[in-house]
Amino acid sequence: MTEMLIEAKGLARHYLVGRHRVLRALDGVDLGVARGATLGLVGESGSGKSTLGRTLVGLQKPSLGQVLFEGKDTATPEPSFMARLRRERQIIFQDPSGALNPRMTIGATVMEHLRVQGWSRADAQSQAAAAIEQAGLATSFLSRYPHEISGGQRQRAVIARAISTDPAFIVADEPVSALDVSIRAQIMNLLHQLQRERGLTMLFISHDLSVVAHMCSDVAVMHLGRIVERAPRAALFKTPRHPYTGALLSAIPIPDPVRERQRMRIILKGEVPNPANKPSGCSFHTRCPRATELCHRVDPPLRSIGTEHQIACHHPLE
Amino acid sequence: MTGEASTPLLKVENLLVAFGRAKAVDGISFDVAPGEMLGLVGESGCGKSTTALALMRLLRDAEIGGTAHLNGVELLGLDEAAMRARRGADVAMIFQDPGTALHPMIRVGDQIVEALTAHLNISRREARKRAIDLLRKVGIAAPEERFSVYPHEMSGGMCQRVVIAMAMACAPRLLLADEPTTALDVTVQAQILELLQGLVREEGMGVILITHDLGVVAGMTDRVAVMYAGAIVEMAATEELFATPLHPYTHGLLRSIPQLDSGWDEPVPTIPGSVQGAELQTGCRFAPRCAKASDACRTPPALREIGENHFVSCWNTP
Ligand SMILES: Nc1ncnc2c1ncn2[C@@H]1O[C@H](COP(=O)(O)OP(=O)(O)OP(=O)(O)O)[C@@H](O)[C@H]1O
Ligand SMILES: Nc1ncnc2c1ncn2[C@@H]1O[C@H](COP(=O)(O)OP(=O)(O)OP(=O)(O)O)[C@@H](O)[C@H]1O
Ligand SMILES: [Mg+2]
Ligand SMILES: [Mg+2]
Repeated sequence: MTEMLIEAKGLARHYLVGRHRVLRALDGVDLGVARGATLGLVGESGSGKSTLGRTLVGLQKPSLGQVLFEGKDTATPEPSFMARLRRERQIIFQDPSGALNPRMTIGATVMEHLRVQGWSRADAQSQAAAAIEQAGLATSFLSRYPHEISGGQRQRAVIARAISTDPAFIVADEPVSALDVSIRAQIMNLLHQLQRERGLTMLFISHDLSVVAHMCSDVAVMHLGRIVERAPRAALFKTPRHPYTGALLSAIPIPDPVRERQRMRIILKGEVPNPANKPSGCSFHTRCPRATELCHRVDPPLRSIGTEHQIACHHPLE
Repeated sequence: MTGEASTPLLKVENLLVAFGRAKAVDGISFDVAPGEMLGLVGESGCGKSTTALALMRLLRDAEIGGTAHLNGVELLGLDEAAMRARRGADVAMIFQDPGTALHPMIRVGDQIVEALTAHLNISRREARKRAIDLLRKVGIAAPEERFSVYPHEMSGGMCQRVVIAMAMACAPRLLLADEPTTALDVTVQAQILELLQGLVREEGMGVILITHDLGVVAGMTDRVAVMYAGAIVEMAATEELFATPLHPYTHGLLRSIPQLDSGWDEPVPTIPGSVQGAELQTGCRFAPRCAKASDACRTPPALREIGENHFVSCWNTP
């Protein structure tokens, strides 16, 4: 068995909406990422991907379940383990400008991040410069404010901050969606290099499936707070078994005007389920073309089909 | 530049935006016909958002030159009161960064109501009804409940859809959509793009679609303008641009799209070098990164027409 660097066990996160309703943003997630691996996480907008990412790096407490780091529970760590957890787990936030303080220069932001982790002033300064260059920006950007740089440049500043502490595990929440294809390619190549050279472990959240195909060895698909499919990259893209995954793959835009305008999409019809009032049975059944009476009643558990392929579905695609 | 018979909805001539000495947009001209979708693509930092923000008159501390006629009215010369009356009603913008476009302390539904009542003479009750309807149209489940949540209680993609709903609220004549679907999964993205296309076809709305997703450009736009370092370097009908790109930068852009079937860990082709300092270049701004660069490139090339409605600024294309 490969060693899991980080693992979610029965992870749930509940939010109160209004006064009485409970929204289960995570509803029993079991998921491990092996050391050095990059797991892709895809799924519908609002399905709980960012919530899972934030919970894995300890920014949010789970309502139920555990997060294990190197096999140890992270809920009540001793002080030395706590300090390591803070350094070793980093997140690249989905929203680049919300992640940067508008009143601080990029350099001050990265420095502060390092100082909090106990770096000396001088070391933090040179480390910040190194990180900003690794993220593909000139060191002159250290003295700029977030509003003075473009969207893509802000995203690279956020990446620089995350890699500055030399972490073991990074949650990258849509790290390249604000970037143009050429710079996106540079950042993807940079993240690959960090994987190879430092053995970086990543949870890579993205809506861009071609980027996921490129970055990740395994892919997990989320729907309404649950993992509904997980498989090695090739198997997931070639033979998706969950109908939601099938619909998702069919909707990927093709960068060719002739093919793009002719191809067929599986269009999801029916009511978008309310996460604060989930339907009975399988949470996808209101929109699933294969749903039967069984799916209305019984919620399918995540089960193994084949050695590394898991799905939660009563009527998988062939 | 499009057929002389149709008067353009928007005609931009020689638009110039300078922040201090740096010219972020350096004399660009283009137009948008009613019911047309123009794609605006190009490297991060090349001035796409700045162009849109200049048309919205939302840039402070910038020196702006040129003209922009919307239905015959020159926007850049309007005083602030006159512009305020047009913003949202005649020209609306979907901001690149949903996080900053929404007020964090105001419930999302009220923000849409605000946008509606600012320009339409309707009661708050009617506005509320329409706001809920807009939320439903952008695919938010249980819109009545979601009406009264705050932005931080929504996922990234949900916030983005609220921003889209706000921009569409008053059925503007011209919509500036700056990366409108980057935070959305491909199935929701398809749904939103279909909604936009409906407004274009049925209401004759004009759209400038700024995006890094060349698949979306391929599927949605009628024409594409490619920007590099503040200038338009190529402009053509969408099929034409993808089939016969003429500018070396456009070539590079199309090549660096990650492919679904490319190998894991295979480097994605990038355009070597970076755009930094390009505005200081005396000749062609792309020359330092261009494999085809020659002596001629020391003189800046003008945008010229090669073939019908295909414009390119490069000395080394036939
Ligand atoms: N602080 C909060 N309070 C209440 N509800 C919340 C809060 N944060 C998230 N949610 C809800 O939890 C659900 C999951 O949100 P999350 O941000 O994890 O989704 P996501 O999969 O990252 O979506 P996206 O792809 O759009 O970013 C959503 O329904 C969201 O509205
Ligand atoms: N307020 C400002 N002050 C100084 N420079 C600015 C300001 N706003 C933008 N710039 C600069 O102007 C250039 C164009 O920025 P803009 O945001 O228009 O790029 P963009 O094409 O939208 O890029 P992206 O794809 O990354 O969003 C960038 O080099 C940026 O650093
Ligand atoms: Mg998210
Ligand atoms: Mg921009």
